[in-house]
Amino acid sequence: MDEIKRGVSRRGVLKGGTALAAGLAAPTFFMRNVFAQDFRNNPGDGGTVTFGFNVPQTGAYADEGADELRAYQLAVKHINGEGDGGLLNTMQPLALKGDGVLGKKVVYVTGDTQTKSDAARASAKRMIEKDGVIMYSGGSSSGVAIAQQSLAQEMGVVFMNGLTHSNDTTGKDKRRYGFRHFFNAYMSGAALGPVLEAEMGKERRAYHLTADYTWGWTQEESIKNTTEGLGWQTANAVKTPLGAGDFSQYITPVLNSGADVLILNHYGKDMINSLTQAVQFGLRDKQVNGKDFQIVVPLYSRLMAQGAGENIKGIFGTTNWNWSLQDAGSQAFVKSFGQEYGFPPSQAAHTCYVQTLLYANACQMAGTFYPPEVIKALEGFEFDGMGNGKTLYRAEDHQCFKDVLVVKGNENPTSQFDLLEVVQEVPRSQVEYDAGIFGGELGPYEV
Amino acid sequence: MDTFALQLLNGLDKGGAYALIALGLTLIFGTLGVVNFAHGALFMLGAFCAVTVQKILTISVKVKDESITFFEAYKEVPYLETWFGETGAAIIDYSVPISILVAIPIMLLIGLVMERGLIQRFYKRTHAEQILVTFGLAIVLQELVKANFGANPIPTPAPEAVAGSANIGEWLGLGSTVVYPWWRLIYLAFAGVVIAAVFSFLQFTTFGMVVRAGMQDRETVGLLGIDIQRRFSIVFGLAAVVAGLAGVMYTPILPPDYHMGMDFLVLSFVVVVVGGMGSLGGAVAAGFLLGILQSFASMNEVKSILPGIDQIIIYLVAVVILLVRPRGLLGRKGVMES
Repeated sequence: MDEIKRGVSRRGVLKGGTALAAGLAAPTFFMRNVFAQDFRNNPGDGGTVTFGFNVPQTGAYADEGADELRAYQLAVKHINGEGDGGLLNTMQPLALKGDGVLGKKVVYVTGDTQTKSDAARASAKRMIEKDGVIMYSGGSSSGVAIAQQSLAQEMGVVFMNGLTHSNDTTGKDKRRYGFRHFFNAYMSGAALGPVLEAEMGKERRAYHLTADYTWGWTQEESIKNTTEGLGWQTANAVKTPLGAGDFSQYITPVLNSGADVLILNHYGKDMINSLTQAVQFGLRDKQVNGKDFQIVVPLYSRLMAQGAGENIKGIFGTTNWNWSLQDAGSQAFVKSFGQEYGFPPSQAAHTCYVQTLLYANACQMAGTFYPPEVIKALEGFEFDGMGNGKTLYRAEDHQCFKDVLVVKGNENPTSQFDLLEVVQEVPRSQVEYDAGIFGGELGPYEV
Repeated sequence: MDTFALQLLNGLDKGGAYALIALGLTLIFGTLGVVNFAHGALFMLGAFCAVTVQKILTISVKVKDESITFFEAYKEVPYLETWFGETGAAIIDYSVPISILVAIPIMLLIGLVMERGLIQRFYKRTHAEQILVTFGLAIVLQELVKANFGANPIPTPAPEAVAGSANIGEWLGLGSTVVYPWWRLIYLAFAGVVIAAVFSFLQFTTFGMVVRAGMQDRETVGLLGIDIQRRFSIVFGLAAVVAGLAGVMYTPILPPDYHMGMDFLVLSFVVVVVGGMGSLGGAVAAGFLLGILQSFASMNEVKSILPGIDQIIIYLVAVVILLVRPRGLLGRKGVMES
């Protein structure tokens, strides 16, 4: 009895309870210490956390890079509780409180990718090693994005892709530390298919001109699969050198090929030049096989539409997002951006802004900046109110799945910004695919 | 046959642009002995003369755009259209041809300023130093253009009346399927006229005779009391005008951007080397030859036998010609051989 009494004495209970509490708390303490000490660029007890924005500030995509940078700056403002809050007012679910991330104000550094893989990697490395960025982001070329994503995995710093449309980014070259909100070539094909069938029928012969690099190849493959699935024939698929300038020697064979559709798997300056010249060669006024000749530009951007001028009128393509969308998220973003800069944002700006908010929100949800935990918070994250309807960040390949827009060049624009007309908002279910079809391995969480 | 005819036209058209730029390069090299890597920038500046003229002609009154409610947006209506209606619209439509008139004095001035302000200080330096300084100048010029006009290509369309295609198949009896853009035909004719004008100027005027004499033997011409340096400076201006006009006329074919000069520069140097350093006739002949070969190498039938040949043909031909004729097609003995 005495022994029993001793066993349950008040002092004993206190001692035991303290020991148990310490024991239970220990993993957390240790984990916190692990997070605090063992990952690159841990902001620790500092009052700020640094993001890196690596965009083309020189070279052919400098204008697109400038728009991306505007969006990043706006995102940082909103995360820190400045301005009107933008998409923080519409995003669901939202962990961010408008006071920075985990109580730290966000500051940022910028870099210039020059749209060159080696320059982008060097700039990103400088940001990681010298500026101590916890995350970096940027876009405008798939080759450049893939190079930066590989670096992210090597360095253990998360890379949030900006504008990159190649299937490879979240396919064979996917990485655990890389995430893409932007849609891809497969989705463009899947979204365009039914619209092309409705507008042009099932008996068509397509001729592809394709930019000779990773994005062009995957886009040609995806669009070909779609159009051949519709019953279309492929007359020819010709690779063109990047930056060819004068495409006349590639366009003239189209005239006598028997094709009645020209598909331009070109982006940026190449698309502006090839489309302008195709129109000059009279392709749009031509009748072949008893049908009106058509041109398709699977991936549109605002800058391309501006550069091609009148030539884009009535030409079909796809975009990730367009400022004319009427949902609450799109309107909130266009309003914030428009008030800040005096014109509506491009789709490149939209995806960069959203990516920054998504990363910040994931840190807030995870309660830490420790990359493996942030990655887990992003993987499988479902959200809404960001301008594309309900969206899933698929865990298996880090690709976002959301509605895709089929657009065409506006025949009767009402303003200088009214370049593209949304033909159809293709639902997410129509552009989904099995994560295994493009191969690739994400790699480990711990690096 | 149809494809052959079209590729021949493509080659002549491309060759016209190469020949115009290479002609200017050769003029400068033949007279002043300067390897001018800023010559592509002169082509680009000519194109931006057209952009500037278009921008001036389309200076607009801003009208509030009521269709945009999210922020303050404005539609732009050109003053010319407001004041003169259809006549104003027609003037805007013809902005590229109008630009030719504007570009001639501007490019002449740019050429003279460039030569007097910078290039003349490098006459006695090595070719390597000339290349470095002119390349640096080209970068400065293109960055200035980018800072003012942005990096994105700017659409500069041809007049509506010649925006479409000519049915050359019917002219040549090849059927109605062979069409070719009007503006490219105009460009080809324009290149021919400019080349003929430059040759006539050098061949049939006293000024041209003195310049040719100076190119042969500068010292003797100087001993005769002729200020050959002044004439060579004017030749630099003339070369700048030729490159600028080539740029103005190329804008409807290739929407201009700040980098377009660099894209043409390397090819033009290959043209000059293949034609023979210092040979005007060689530059023109090599320009058309390489343009045509590049077009034919891009034919699907050729590429199915030799994949990728379209991307290396120019350099391949340059290697072969330099092996067979080390001075180029029409090169003279002693040029760049000392």
